Amino acid sequence: MSNERKITLTVNGSSRTMVVPAHRTLLEALRDAGHYDVKRGCEKGDCGACAVLVDGVAVDSCLTLAATVEGHEITTLAGLGDRESPHPLQQTFMDTGAVQCGYCTPGIIIAARDLLSRNPDPDEDAIRLALSGNLCRCTGYGKIFEAVEQAAALLREERAEA
Amino acid sequence: MSDIDTLGHDTANVAFRQVGKPLTRTDAPGKAVGKTRYAGDHTMPGMLHAKVVRADMASARLVRLDVSRARALPGVAVVLTAAEMSDRTSATDIPGQTGRQRLKTNQQILVREQVRYYGEPLALIAAETPDIAEEAARLITFELEPVPGIYTPEDGLKPDAPVIQGTDNVVSEYRIRKGDVDAGFAEADVIVERTYKTPFQEHAFLEPEAGLAWVDENEVINIRVCTQVIEHFRAIADAVGVPHNKVRIMGSLVGGGFGGKEDITVEVYLALLTKATGRPVRLEFSREDSFVGHGKRHPFTITHRTGVTRDGRITALDVQILGDAGAYVYLSPYVLLYCVVNAPGPYRVDNLTVRGRAVATNNMYTSAFRGFGGLQACAAYEQQMDEVANAIGMDRLEFRRRNFLKTGEPMATGFVPPSAIWTDRCAEAAWAALGEPTPSPAPHIRIGRGIGCSQQSYGRLTFLHDTSEAWVGAEMDGTVVVRSGVTDIGAGQASALGQIAAELLGVTLDNVVVYNSDSAVTPLAGTTTATRALYMTGNAARLAATAVRERLVARAAQEFEVAPENINLGDNRAFVIDDPERAMPFRDLIAICASEGIHRSELSIFRAPFTDMLDPETGQGQAHPDYAYGAHAIEVAVDIETGEVTILKSIAAHDVGQCINRAAVEGQIDGGAQNGQGYALSEELLFDEGRLLTPSFAEYLTPTAMDVPRVEHIIFESRSGLGPFGAKGVGEPAMTPVAPAIANAVADAIGVRVFEMPITPERVVDALADARG
Repeated sequence: MSNERKITLTVNGSSRTMVVPAHRTLLEALRDAGHYDVKRGCEKGDCGACAVLVDGVAVDSCLTLAATVEGHEITTLAGLGDRESPHPLQQTFMDTGAVQCGYCTPGIIIAARDLLSRNPDPDEDAIRLALSGNLCRCTGYGKIFEAVEQAAALLREERAEA
Repeated sequence: MSDIDTLGHDTANVAFRQVGKPLTRTDAPGKAVGKTRYAGDHTMPGMLHAKVVRADMASARLVRLDVSRARALPGVAVVLTAAEMSDRTSATDIPGQTGRQRLKTNQQILVREQVRYYGEPLALIAAETPDIAEEAARLITFELEPVPGIYTPEDGLKPDAPVIQGTDNVVSEYRIRKGDVDAGFAEADVIVERTYKTPFQEHAFLEPEAGLAWVDENEVINIRVCTQVIEHFRAIADAVGVPHNKVRIMGSLVGGGFGGKEDITVEVYLALLTKATGRPVRLEFSREDSFVGHGKRHPFTITHRTGVTRDGRITALDVQILGDAGAYVYLSPYVLLYCVVNAPGPYRVDNLTVRGRAVATNNMYTSAFRGFGGLQACAAYEQQMDEVANAIGMDRLEFRRRNFLKTGEPMATGFVPPSAIWTDRCAEAAWAALGEPTPSPAPHIRIGRGIGCSQQSYGRLTFLHDTSEAWVGAEMDGTVVVRSGVTDIGAGQASALGQIAAELLGVTLDNVVVYNSDSAVTPLAGTTTATRALYMTGNAARLAATAVRERLVARAAQEFEVAPENINLGDNRAFVIDDPERAMPFRDLIAICASEGIHRSELSIFRAPFTDMLDPETGQGQAHPDYAYGAHAIEVAVDIETGEVTILKSIAAHDVGQCINRAAVEGQIDGGAQNGQGYALSEELLFDEGRLLTPSFAEYLTPTAMDVPRVEHIIFESRSGLGPFGAKGVGEPAMTPVAPAIANAVADAIGVRVFEMPITPERVVDALADARG
């Protein structure tokens, strides 16, 4: 089709080239490319399940056209760490019970990662505000707040040791 | 805790190395690092993309449906309408397995002539790409001729009402008659009559319905889908016209259920489309599809008329219940039954009448939702307890104390719950934990407190004759496998089975893998509904693991030349209890058993109590296996200028019988508190003549991270439940008392009650204005 574009972007550190129609959202493009850790919840920017980092800043990938992030660096949940070497947020989310059904987890960890990169020692209000664009229906958020607080402390320790 | 010790319980010789701890769930790591594949994350080569075309009116006659242009569009594989399936229907009642007579409330899969609710499916499309499926949907034209509809159950009862279901729109009716209500009212010093309204509620799970289906080399229709009930395979097979052994449902880890993935949704469309095309088909609901594509919580209007003495004794109670069943029957009769049997709540009421009716309308159909009628009953009885206490000038907790049902006493249906009834200690603890009242920061901010006490069943209705199976076995290297059909909808249902097996076989949880949720391969475990997964499947896993354990212990006893009673399994080894240095690794014991042909696995079935239906005249008898009791205490601040309600303190106290995973229990409580808060304050499905006006999260407001308090958990363990190790269940009970506790706190704060939920700012301001006259 004539409106298709070839774009190159970096996803979790690897360069990816995709052919996408102009109307293709970053959410759809990432999932079509096999990045299923980016979740589709509402496709309207209401729920935050699809959040990814674009150059370190959390955005709803459902509200971002893939073609507009050509050349940018995308990080999804899986780009933060894996089972052998989880990111402190991934570790605290699994340890505290902040993960229940897990469907909101990718977007919430991404939003929390964005917060902690800007504010290494957030108070509860800052955490609440940072996660206010991410809906969760299972956890009541309480254990998510705990997980973010614990991860922030771990990251501060890491920094102090470095 | 002595009042339940005498109940005794069948526990193995276990030291609780696993059970009760806040362990990391087996499913958590995969989810936290983005490795978990949900139902919508699967693809197959050559798969088609499906779309559902829906009616845009709630009550209409289908005059014309033209799919010819859609069929002609290149890339469209098939378009199905009712014309292609004139004899096909889909079951809507009793999900999953039961040998008992069903209600036979099958319904059309696609609209034949009459549209009964907004969004009812007209046609199914399968195409090469999602874009082509979208385009095909735009090419389908239809003409709907409006016909008069019914949009409230009250209207549905009018003699001249159009008939939507049955002969008179009453899809179900139940009664309870106990004692002498007239005499009870005559004895009363005060009679208090109030009517409470509860709203529709949307489950709002984050994962919209999705699935992938294909026909395999044996002509079996395989469906990978997010569902609470893989045993819909039978109803799907019936719906598409193949034998039951030719449909296989593989559940994925589910992105939230809450009852909203209990009925059949995408799987019947997937089965029809893959059968019609012979190709793999994928269908994902959009969020708007999801809002109109599964049932909602029943709104109920509940009137309590309570007779009470000045010293706070309830002498009589009459409860009238009217529920909106929506356009199709689905689980309305059972939801209504839960509401009826729980109508007086966890209180002694000797003279009682209850009448409940569920009436069809042209609103969105209503079905299962966490709490399942028991929750709506609680919303009414707990507000009524406050109203009655206020009417006789008695402290609200003291009034409850004087009427709490106690362990060993009969509930409304005359049934004596077999476990501990610890509502009193839950209520006392929750109320005490509120501590000192928060001072009001300004004259227009009013502080108030409320409590909700609850009775909620765990386990399905006993006349359904529920069973559950699990298989537990040890591999040659000493790792352990659990196989069970149980679906995991996010609460850790599978992980809990792993913990139970780990506990009984003396291995650590990281040595256990749970294979679950495959109707063809894993033993059928029943539904993940009704707070039954831990009770039923947990018991099946307990039985299977215990049988394996006994054989392993016997063999170890022979090895160490001691009595079997002197052997225990723990920390991945078998050891002599009075000489723990004498031990062997678990894997060595397994190797011995394997070399001698000792059976290292077991398939077990657990059966709930089987009963008949309640007496149709009196409503007396057993409805459920058992009940869980708890309380929720709330402190709110209400801005009387804006009507805004803020929750300041939220304390949950529940007797869970026995925690299996403490973190999971707390998680259920937190989620229940949040879900109950939305129900009480902000979540509102608005309809205009049945047309849903709020089909997105921008309009339907579930609580966000900005809205919820941190919940304090007080967990009692009576060890008296019917589940493994004395567990009860907490999935539904966690939510049940929350909304009335909030409503009672708001009424306490502003001095007037808002009788209709959600208690929106508008309703608060209106109630205050009405009170001022």
